Amino acid sequence: MAKVRTKDIIEKFNLELISGEEGINRPIVTSDLSRPGLEMAGFFDYYPAERVQLLGMTEMEFYDKLSMPEQKQRMHSLCSDLTPCIIVTRGQEIPEYLIEASERESVPVLRAASKTTRLFSRLTNYLEFKLAPTTAVHGVLIDIYGVGVLITGKSGVGKSETALELVKRGHRLVADDCVEIRQEDEETLVGNSPELLQNLLEIRGLGIINVMTLFGAGAVRNYKRISLVINLELWEKAKQYDRLGLDEEKIRILETDITKLIVPVRPGRNLAVIIEVAAMNFRLKRMGYNAAQQFTSKLADVIMESDHHDEV
Amino acid sequence: MAEKTFTVTADTGIHARPATLLVQAAGKFDSEINLEYKGRKVNLKSIMGVMSLGIGQGAEIKITAEGSDEQDALNTLEETLKREGLAE
Repeated sequence: MAKVRTKDIIEKFNLELISGEEGINRPIVTSDLSRPGLEMAGFFDYYPAERVQLLGMTEMEFYDKLSMPEQKQRMHSLCSDLTPCIIVTRGQEIPEYLIEASERESVPVLRAASKTTRLFSRLTNYLEFKLAPTTAVHGVLIDIYGVGVLITGKSGVGKSETALELVKRGHRLVADDCVEIRQEDEETLVGNSPELLQNLLEIRGLGIINVMTLFGAGAVRNYKRISLVINLELWEKAKQYDRLGLDEEKIRILETDITKLIVPVRPGRNLAVIIEVAAMNFRLKRMGYNAAQQFTSKLADVIMESDHHDEV
Repeated sequence: MAEKTFTVTADTGIHARPATLLVQAAGKFDSEINLEYKGRKVNLKSIMGVMSLGIGQGAEIKITAEGSDEQDALNTLEETLKREGLAE
């Protein structure tokens, strides 16, 4: 299924549809754009037909200098059955041959009022955002003191209940049960809720509740960058849990490694408080203070000193 | 890993109540069970996940199970889907 179609960018960037209306449902498959300058001069060997084509002032001025048969041939070669659309910028006049060729191949021709470079960067940003790799994860995403925490764990371990407690303590819910994650940039993962589930939380015994109507607009967020993953699991006696917090375990989501903590669940453990503190501690570490490291170096000093005393 | 593809036959698609039945059936097993629709995969033990897909009549869905009781799980889910007239 196509993530972006030509009609989406028409709507988003307020472009004027000139011709080739039949093609507005064409999919846009790459965030790369093309300014077909060399193609305008007749070199079509490497013409990236699957990209959105932008015709700016330079290309159009050059085009005007061509002979009539050349003009006709270039415009016909530009309009291929793969081309999602051709955008003419700066509100320039659309050449007759382009309209003719676009109608024949049903390639939408659009006109934009803005400058080419400006539209180029805005389009790239938009397409990168829309075409970013995505995945869906079973878990809860919540913004705790500005840190996006993804709580994962088996079904029934108490993720939603913990989220409810965190919301009660003033933090903001992003998504419950199903988190859609997008690789927005290198090292940047952004999570949001599927539209149907926005602001909803499912609590066993209560059913579906709407966090926004219950707790107010301050209790929810639409999307949030994910910085920390906390995996809840049932307490196993035999298993060794991290007691110091010196090592950081990582989990790979899409193409990014994210710090992961494993928190064992046992009746009577207040998970919301533990997760809240984990988020604060994570922030502190990012600011350069690591309690575990500070403690171990202090401990090393004390041991060294006592060695010296023994020698004397 | 066990997997099977079904076509949704119920008029209302996989609505809230039938989704609950499916999730309850899946919850009895230890295996990791997923539901795939239109290239999106969700945990079948999570009611919100299943409902977020908004599966309508005529849709093709794929159920996959992985774990010690994967075959049992798949058989039970198939039975549930058929008994409730949801899919075949």
